[in-house]
Amino acid sequence: MAALVLRRLIQVGLILLGVSFITFFLLYVLPADPVRQIAGRSATPQTVANIREQLGLDQPFVVQYGRYLFGLLQGDMGRSYLQKTDVATLIMARLPASLLLMAAGIAAELVIGLTMGVIAALWRGRAVDSGLMMTSFVTVSAPQFVVALLLLYIFAVKLGWFPIGGYGTPAHLVLPALTLGILGSGWYARIMRSSMIEVLRADFIRTARAKGLARSRVILRHALPNAILPVIAMIGIDIGIFMGGIVVVEGVFGWPGIGQLAWQAIQRVDIPIIMGVTLVSACAIVLGNLLADLMVPLIDPRIRIR
Amino acid sequence: MKKLLASTALIAALALPAFAQETLDPNAKSGGGIVVTYKDDVATLDPAIGYDWQNWSMIKSLFDGLMDYVPGTTELRPGLAESYEISADGMTFTFHLRAGVKFHNGREMTADDVKYSLDRVTTPATQSPGAGFFGAIAGYDAMADGSATSLAGVAVIDPATVEIKLSRPDATFLHVMALNFASVVPKEAVEAANGDFGKMPVGTGAFKLSEWTIGQKLVFAKNTDFWRAGLPYLDTVTFEVGQEPIVALLRLQNGEVDVPGDGIPPAKFQEVMGDPAQAAQVIEGGQLQTGYITLNVTIPPLDNVEVRKAINMAINKDRIVQLINGRAVVANQPLPPSMPGYTIDYKGYEYNPDEAKKMLADAGLPDGFETELYVMNTDPNPRIAQAIQQDLAAIGVKASIQSIAQANVIEAGGAGTAPMIWSGGMAWIADFPDPSNFFGPILGCSGAEDGGWNWSKFCDAAIDAEATAADSMIDPAAPERMKMWSDVYMKVMEQAPWVPVFNEQRYTMKSARMGGADNLYVDPVSIPVNYDYVYVKE
Repeated sequence: MAALVLRRLIQVGLILLGVSFITFFLLYVLPADPVRQIAGRSATPQTVANIREQLGLDQPFVVQYGRYLFGLLQGDMGRSYLQKTDVATLIMARLPASLLLMAAGIAAELVIGLTMGVIAALWRGRAVDSGLMMTSFVTVSAPQFVVALLLLYIFAVKLGWFPIGGYGTPAHLVLPALTLGILGSGWYARIMRSSMIEVLRADFIRTARAKGLARSRVILRHALPNAILPVIAMIGIDIGIFMGGIVVVEGVFGWPGIGQLAWQAIQRVDIPIIMGVTLVSACAIVLGNLLADLMVPLIDPRIRIR
Repeated sequence: MKKLLASTALIAALALPAFAQETLDPNAKSGGGIVVTYKDDVATLDPAIGYDWQNWSMIKSLFDGLMDYVPGTTELRPGLAESYEISADGMTFTFHLRAGVKFHNGREMTADDVKYSLDRVTTPATQSPGAGFFGAIAGYDAMADGSATSLAGVAVIDPATVEIKLSRPDATFLHVMALNFASVVPKEAVEAANGDFGKMPVGTGAFKLSEWTIGQKLVFAKNTDFWRAGLPYLDTVTFEVGQEPIVALLRLQNGEVDVPGDGIPPAKFQEVMGDPAQAAQVIEGGQLQTGYITLNVTIPPLDNVEVRKAINMAINKDRIVQLINGRAVVANQPLPPSMPGYTIDYKGYEYNPDEAKKMLADAGLPDGFETELYVMNTDPNPRIAQAIQQDLAAIGVKASIQSIAQANVIEAGGAGTAPMIWSGGMAWIADFPDPSNFFGPILGCSGAEDGGWNWSKFCDAAIDAEATAADSMIDPAAPERMKMWSDVYMKVMEQAPWVPVFNEQRYTMKSARMGGADNLYVDPVSIPVNYDYVYVKE
C-alpha cells in the first residue's frame, strides 16, 4: 500500500510538471502581452520596456520557464503582475471556499443522483424510470448560469429561505451546492441505475431473496454496496469537471473561490495567477483520483490495486 | 451648459484665492453605512498602481493629492495644497501645503512626503502605469532610464512648501497633480508593507481601510481626523466583490445593497426604467467617454482618406445607440460633448450610404473590398459589430468579425495588424477633464508606435505640432487654447482615422435611503459615486 501511494505520488509530480510546461508554453505563445496590461493605456515605450525587463519577460522561453520552475520547487508561486501580491496568498485565501463548495456539491450530487438511480433501477421500464432518466438528461444539459439564477430567484428572492448569494454560514452554502448537485446528479443517476440493474440480476441477490430476507434489507445491505463501486470511480473524474464548472456557479452566488480568481486573471493575462490556479486545480484532480482509487479496496475487499 | 461650466470653472481655479470655501449639504446626516457591490475583485489600492474605474474612486477616498476636484464637477480645487503659485513662464509651480493634515497612521504630512510620493511613482521599480503623466517634471527622463533615484525638479523648500520645476510647459500640470498617481503616501507605511502597499494602504483620505477579506469584501471606515471638517458623512462603506450585476440588482430591490457598482445590467435596463419607482432611483449623467471605430491608415485601402470618409458616412449610429437601449448619445467627433474644446457647430459626416457607395466607386473600389473588424467578445460589443458589418455590407464592404478577448484586441491594435477595431469595452475615458487627454495616446504620433493605444496608427506631424503648441500655454482654460484644441480635432476629422460612434451615458442606481446631490452619483472623476459626500437619510 505504501509503495503504491509513493508510486502514485511520483506520477502526480510528473503530471504537474507536464501541466506546468504546457500551460506556461500556451501563455507564452498567446497573442496578448501581459506587460501592456500592467503598463496600461497611457504608458510611454520607456515604461513598457522597463516593466518587461523587470519581470524578465524579455528573456527567452526556456529562461522564463526555468525561473518559474526554480521558484516553484522552493514553494514560491510568484507574485501577481497586477495585484502585486504573492500568488500563494491569493490562492490560499480562496481555496477553502472552493473546496467547501466542491465537497458540498459532490455530496448533493450523490444524494440526488443515487436516489434517482436506485429508484429508476427498482422500477425499471416503468413510467417512474423513464421520467427520472428524462430528468437526468435535462439536468446534465441545463446551462449552469440559468439553473443557478433560477434557484436564486425562487428560493432566495421570492421565498426568502436563503440569503441572496454570499459566503459565511451554512445557509449560504445550500443554493450553490444544490445547483451543482442538480446539474451533476444526472451522471450519477445513470451510472447508479445501470450498475444496480446489473447487481439485481446477480445470483447472490436471488439467493438472498430466496432465503426469505426482506426486500428492503436485500436492497440496502446486499445490492447497494455492490452497485456503488463505479460511482466511487466517477467521483474522481467528477473533481475535474467540478474545477471547470465551479467558475459560473461561484460567479452567480458571489462565492469567493478560486474560479473567480482564475477568470479575472485570464481576462488580464496575469500569468502567475493563471499558472498557480491551474497547478492547484491539477493537483486537486490527481489527488482526487488517487483518493478514489484508494477507497475502492476499502469498500470491496476483493479488489487489490497493484 | 456643461462645457461652459467646466471651462469657466478652470479659469476660476487658476485665479483662486488661497482658501477654498467648502459649503456642506445642510440636509446631510452623519453616520450609517452603505454597501456597494462589484463583480470583479479589487486588484490594488496602491494609488501609484490602481488604474481601473473600479478602484479609481476607492483610492480617491483613501488618499489625497495636492489638487482635487469640486465634487460632482470637473472643476479643479486645491487639495492637500492650500494654495499655489505659477511662475510667469509657467515652468515653476510652488505649492503651499495645508497645516495639520494627518496620515491614517497619525503622523503629520509634510513636503518630504510629497517629494517621496512623486519619486516613488516615477521610479521604474514601482511599475506605475501613470509614470508617463509626470513627463514634464524636470529630471523625469533620468528617473525613467534609471540614472537617477530622485526627481531633480521637485524641491522641498520648507516642511510646508514644495516647488516643482518643469522641463517644458504643460498646461495640464494641475490636472496631473489631481490624478490618483500623484497621491501623497507616507514612506514608512510603504516600506512596512514590503511591496504589498496595495493591500495595506495608508493615506490622508476621508476613509481608511479597516478590513479586507480577499475575494469577499472590503470595509472602509470614516477617518475621524479628516482634514476637511465635517466629512465624510458615512461611518462605513462596505464593498462586496464577486457579485454578478444581476444578483446585485436583486439584492438592491431586496434592500441589501445601496449601489450596484457595475450599474444596471443591460438585460434589465428597460424593466427598471419602465417602473417609475425604480427609475426614480436611477441618476443619469454624461461621462468623458467616446466609443469609436478605428480605421488603420497604414492598411490599404484604408490608407485612402476618401475610403475612410465613405466608411464614416456608411455607419448608422442611431441604430447602434438603439442596440444599447439608448444609453448613449450619437458622436460626430473624438471629444465628448461635456469636454472643454468640444466643437458645438460641427455637424460631422452625415449618414448617407448612397453617397458613401459613390465615393468608394470614385476611389476606384466600385465593388467594395474585404476587411476585418476586431471586437472585444463581451456583450453588447459583438452585436454592435454585427450592426457595423451590415452597414458596411450596404456599401459593398465585406468585413469579417474577429470577436476575441480584450487583451488580444489590444495586442492586435497595438501591433497595427487590425484594419478596423470597434473600441467598445476598451473605449477611451478621460483621465482628466482636458481636451489634450483625447489626443496624444490615441490620435497622436507618440501613441502610433508599436504597442501604443493609437490603433489607427494615425500620425500627422502638423497636427501633432499644433497639439504641442496648445499644451505649452500656461492657462489650461484660455479660450485660445480651447480654440486650438477644437481646431486639432477638426483637422483630425478631415483625415477621418476614426468613426466616432457614440458617447455613453452613465446610469447609477441607488437605494432609496441614500441622500446627497444627484451630481455626486454621476461624478465625472469618482465612478460610480463620490463616497466622501453621499450620506444615508435615516
